[in-house]
Amino acid sequence: MATMKHTLVALVENKPGVLNRMVSLFRRRGFNIESIAVGVSELSHLSRVTIVVNGAATMVEQVRKQLDKVVDVVKVSDVTAEDTVARELALIKVKATASTRSEIIQVVDIFRAKIVDVAADSVIIEVTGDDDKINSLFNLLRGFGIREMSRTGQIAMTRGGTGMSPVKERLSRSPEQGSQLKSQ
Amino acid sequence: MKMTGAQILCESLVKEGVEVIFGFPGGAMLPLYDVFPHYPKLRHILVRHEQGAAHAADGYARAARRVGVCMSTSGPGATNLVTGIANAQLDSVPMVAITGQVARPFIGKDAFQEVDTTGITLPITKHNYLVLDVSSLAEIVKEAFHLALTGRPGPVLIDIPKDILTDRAEFHYPSRVKLSGYRPTLEGHPSQIKKAAKLIAEAHQPLIIAGQGVLISRAEAELKQLAETAQIPVVTTLLGIGCFPQTHVLSFGMLGMHGMAYANMAVDASDVIMAIGMRFDDRATAKVSAFAPHAKIIHIDIDPAEIGKNVRADVPIVGDVKRVLGALNKLTLPVEHIDWIRQLDDWRKEHPLLVKESDKLLPQFVIQQIAEVTHGEAIMVTGVGQNQMWTAQYYCYDKPNSLISSGGLGTMGFELPGAIGAKIGCPDRTVWSIAGDGGFQMTIQELATVAQEPVAIKIAILNNGYLGMVRQWQELFYKRRYVATPLSSPDFVKVAEAYGIPALRVKHKSEVLPAIKQAMAESGPFLIDFMIEPEENVFPMVTPGASLAELIEEPGKEEAIWRQ
Repeated sequence: MATMKHTLVALVENKPGVLNRMVSLFRRRGFNIESIAVGVSELSHLSRVTIVVNGAATMVEQVRKQLDKVVDVVKVSDVTAEDTVARELALIKVKATASTRSEIIQVVDIFRAKIVDVAADSVIIEVTGDDDKINSLFNLLRGFGIREMSRTGQIAMTRGGTGMSPVKERLSRSPEQGSQLKSQ
Repeated sequence: MKMTGAQILCESLVKEGVEVIFGFPGGAMLPLYDVFPHYPKLRHILVRHEQGAAHAADGYARAARRVGVCMSTSGPGATNLVTGIANAQLDSVPMVAITGQVARPFIGKDAFQEVDTTGITLPITKHNYLVLDVSSLAEIVKEAFHLALTGRPGPVLIDIPKDILTDRAEFHYPSRVKLSGYRPTLEGHPSQIKKAAKLIAEAHQPLIIAGQGVLISRAEAELKQLAETAQIPVVTTLLGIGCFPQTHVLSFGMLGMHGMAYANMAVDASDVIMAIGMRFDDRATAKVSAFAPHAKIIHIDIDPAEIGKNVRADVPIVGDVKRVLGALNKLTLPVEHIDWIRQLDDWRKEHPLLVKESDKLLPQFVIQQIAEVTHGEAIMVTGVGQNQMWTAQYYCYDKPNSLISSGGLGTMGFELPGAIGAKIGCPDRTVWSIAGDGGFQMTIQELATVAQEPVAIKIAILNNGYLGMVRQWQELFYKRRYVATPLSSPDFVKVAEAYGIPALRVKHKSEVLPAIKQAMAESGPFLIDFMIEPEENVFPMVTPGASLAELIEEPGKEEAIWRQ
């Protein structure tokens, strides 16, 4: 079955064990999670989770439905086909000598990235963007010698509309409509 | 007034209307057991192994249609519950499991009898809780019972550290739950229901496959009305047995791997299938790509995740079966399907499920005789394997909740503790536990529970000296290489008598009826060890990987064509 990258966005109760309940549904089916990013949402008792996985559409849809059944998951959507803003932050530590530093700064400027730390033999670059942008910068910096990279994992948000705010969500979703039927 | 956690838990259980708890005490639960004498409404049944507590709570829940409650101490007590919890999860049984935990300061330190109970049970519960604050205990109990019983039912576990049981808090039992992430869809979508009604009206060879969802939703009357109005024949899944009276002219038995030939032929020939409260389990569908090749499928289920999981649905309806069928019945006009029903009747005549004429002691005959004596009104609680299939095939089920069986997990050893729970849940009904000689030894210790209470169940062991279903597969698919299936058992009659339970051994066909009558005449528990034909097989059978249409009826032992 053809697999592709899916981005799922979930709104969940900010409680111990929620993440465990969610990721165990992927683990059980042998999915390797590409990235997962969690943080507090506009409501302090709720967190927003963005999960990126590779999988067949039917399998991902089955996991999405199972995620929706987790009691502490308020709402979950597969936003892959939707118009979204997706961003990730990366910190990249690159070997930098007096002779290469200016060249590195040029590359960083082109990508609208930032140098956030300078040491005698290296710099740390902070870059924000989608997957492609971070990968391109990473590839260009390779020539200088990469010491370390750390990425936050992608977060995503649909453009315009009501989005996934729980307040609006409750108003717009009539109780008799299952998510299954809504998506048809 | 402030109460201890132990008192809060008991008060909460009383508020939930709990009458019976199946449990086994231990160190971490001592503060709770200590207050039990002050709560006479909570009857505690002492089992002999925690697995028995979970299965008994399961049998109780299915028979009485209430939440079953089981209880254990921390560590090994909790891990022993696991099989029974998984069983309840797979069969959507409402259950609340309460486990002791080491005191909060010891959690995560590999303390004596500490395990990560919520971690272990996470994938086999509908939800679980670790109580970290005594003031949240009442609310958690309220939520647990709500979650267990509503939507698609299932087991909910509450793990309670020992010091929570002695901590104090004010007791306020909440009147409602606040669960923003839990809103089961109950009403079916009106436009989908309209589509379903249209499909039914246009069908020539419609068929209903009714599952346990009909029983859970108590929609037997709505199902009957729909079937009679639109003249739709009904087959059931294993766990759906009893949701539609088997004596009804529109009833055509059970589908699946060991379903009736005519039921499977009906599925294969149907042009519109209404799958109601069932989940297209692989034992029911057989080869899924060849399932119901000519049919459009209307799938009604309360769990959106079941829609399209195994079988594509043309008209999916997420909702509670009772409400969806209620709405559908208003749109359903009377129609006749005389030719189709005649066709099914002909198939039933051509491929009947009969007890073979034989002087041997056949298991099918035993089940049939129990049906005769109990007039089909007993609750049959089975083990797993041949005994389970024979009981499903040869008993006659007219009443709801009459077959209690481990369908999804297939847990051998369910039969005895499950029957204990069923009898305690329905004391006025006759309860038969149908066991194999293999599975019976997995939970045989519960005979002590039967004797101590006592629980007036009747136990029939179909004793063939083999792990019968595995042996059948070895006979059919492994050229009769019987590896690890021949079984030597203790003298079950002596074992029963050692526990103080009267018992009888039956070796000949002629003794079957008198023995069953003797068991029924006994006011307390009774055990019969039926020494059945050792190599009797369960037929019909759809072999693994085959479709329902490729079903095999009883072959002669010499016909070895398909034994490759």
